[in-house]
Amino acid sequence: MTIHANPPAAPATATDAVVEVRNVSKVYAGGIQALDSVSIDFPRGQLTSLLGPSGCGKTTLLKIIAGLLPATSGAVLVNGTPVSGPGPGRAFVFQDFALMPWATVIGNVAFGLELRGVGRAERENTARHYIAEVGLSGFEKKYPHELSGGMRQRVGLARALAVKADVLLMDEPFSAVDEQTRRKFQEDLLKLREVENKTFVFVTHSIEEAVYVSDRIVLLSAGPGRVSQVIVPDIPRGDDVDAIRRHPVYLDTVDTIWRGLKRYLD
Amino acid sequence: MVVLGYRVPMLASLLVWAALWEVLGQLQVSFLLPPLSSVLVAMVQIAPTPIFLSALWVTAYAFVIGNVISIAIGVPLGILMGRSMIADRIFLPWVNLFLSAPLTALVPVIMVLFGLGQTTIILTVVLFAMWIIVLDTRAGVRGIAPSLVEMAESFGASRWQAFRRIYFWAALPEILAGVRLGVIRSVKGVIIGQLLVTIVGFGALFQAYGSRFEMDDFWAALVILFAFAFLLAEGLAWLERRVDYYAASRA
Repeated sequence: MTIHANPPAAPATATDAVVEVRNVSKVYAGGIQALDSVSIDFPRGQLTSLLGPSGCGKTTLLKIIAGLLPATSGAVLVNGTPVSGPGPGRAFVFQDFALMPWATVIGNVAFGLELRGVGRAERENTARHYIAEVGLSGFEKKYPHELSGGMRQRVGLARALAVKADVLLMDEPFSAVDEQTRRKFQEDLLKLREVENKTFVFVTHSIEEAVYVSDRIVLLSAGPGRVSQVIVPDIPRGDDVDAIRRHPVYLDTVDTIWRGLKRYLD
Repeated sequence: MVVLGYRVPMLASLLVWAALWEVLGQLQVSFLLPPLSSVLVAMVQIAPTPIFLSALWVTAYAFVIGNVISIAIGVPLGILMGRSMIADRIFLPWVNLFLSAPLTALVPVIMVLFGLGQTTIILTVVLFAMWIIVLDTRAGVRGIAPSLVEMAESFGASRWQAFRRIYFWAALPEILAGVRLGVIRSVKGVIIGQLLVTIVGFGALFQAYGSRFEMDDFWAALVILFAFAFLLAEGLAWLERRVDYYAASRA
């Protein structure tokens, strides 16, 4: 495990960054400062978690990267190009799934492609492929209200995968599902990473979840949000995903992060 | 409803009232109230007459056109008001004013502007039906989960695509509720228009039967109109229940 303590202005550097966040600050109308001069690089092909207490601006940062919110100052670069709004290189997975209740599973998964003008046969084929990949084959014609919470989020995930974006932005994607489903999801996410060569930006408030799934963990401190630490847990992720939770490095990292965050809770 | 251990259908109360009507009619309490049986006979008699059919046609025409205009303007306006603060500020006071105003008083104003014809009657229908559609659509759009809008945005939806693919469908349960209430109100609108503006359609029927004290025919026409309005409202309520789960898009 390596820990880099970063002064706020210096970026958490990495080679070949897909997403570069440069001195981003965000002040909401009403004067609440959510982010203060945040700089982070998100290396290609890695899963980076944004972890921090509630109110640290992790979701705000993710939405700025997505182009859904404008930064008050600073810039976000995706593949070297400044972000001014949503783009086809990024896809978002929502905490509350954000499915269209009036559309079937396949209609929801194909929605992103449909907006881009992809023809019906082609987009449904692509959608079917990703529905199968998230383990929902046979549910193509079901409606969201006929699915469990966990299955709904799989639809949300398939929809984000279907547009074949380089960067997958996930906003606490597993927080609205029950514990067992969450664990299954976390394991599936590790498997998915082996199939899909993508860069993941993963927002979570769960330390265990962050350590379990991440290559890098960016710890944010609250009020206003700043980068306090970048942690790279060196956990071997072999064939046995169950072994991860028993690995000494996993346990140590969880412990270290908890100690680091504890002081913000008083 | 369960009475004395028996399941009684909701419409049973209607039978009780029908029986009471028949009894009071047979007792000849008032010449204004003929027995229900003779009203039903009158119904069968007047329904095929040319005067009734032309009244039905004239009324249905104004009613349908008026409602189509109300929906065509009311739904987009409601969506616009639900999404845009500026549009909301501009239109909301007027919508609320017209919703609560005694609209009958405005009919003569329309009459001066548009004359004594179908146009005025159609506009009266619009005046009665539109505002509740606007308000309900607005409420539906304002209730859409922000994440659903962000979702469309994040996948690159244009304003028009978001309008057509998200706002409309997500607000559909409320839109239909508004349309149902609008339809009920426009039954009032069309009859008031026909009575105040030109004596045509059902207005003319009521006028004719009433002035000649043909109470069987009068009640027959009235019952047909009421039944028509009731069935329409129930049909829309049924449709509304079918799309109820769209409201899962609420936060």
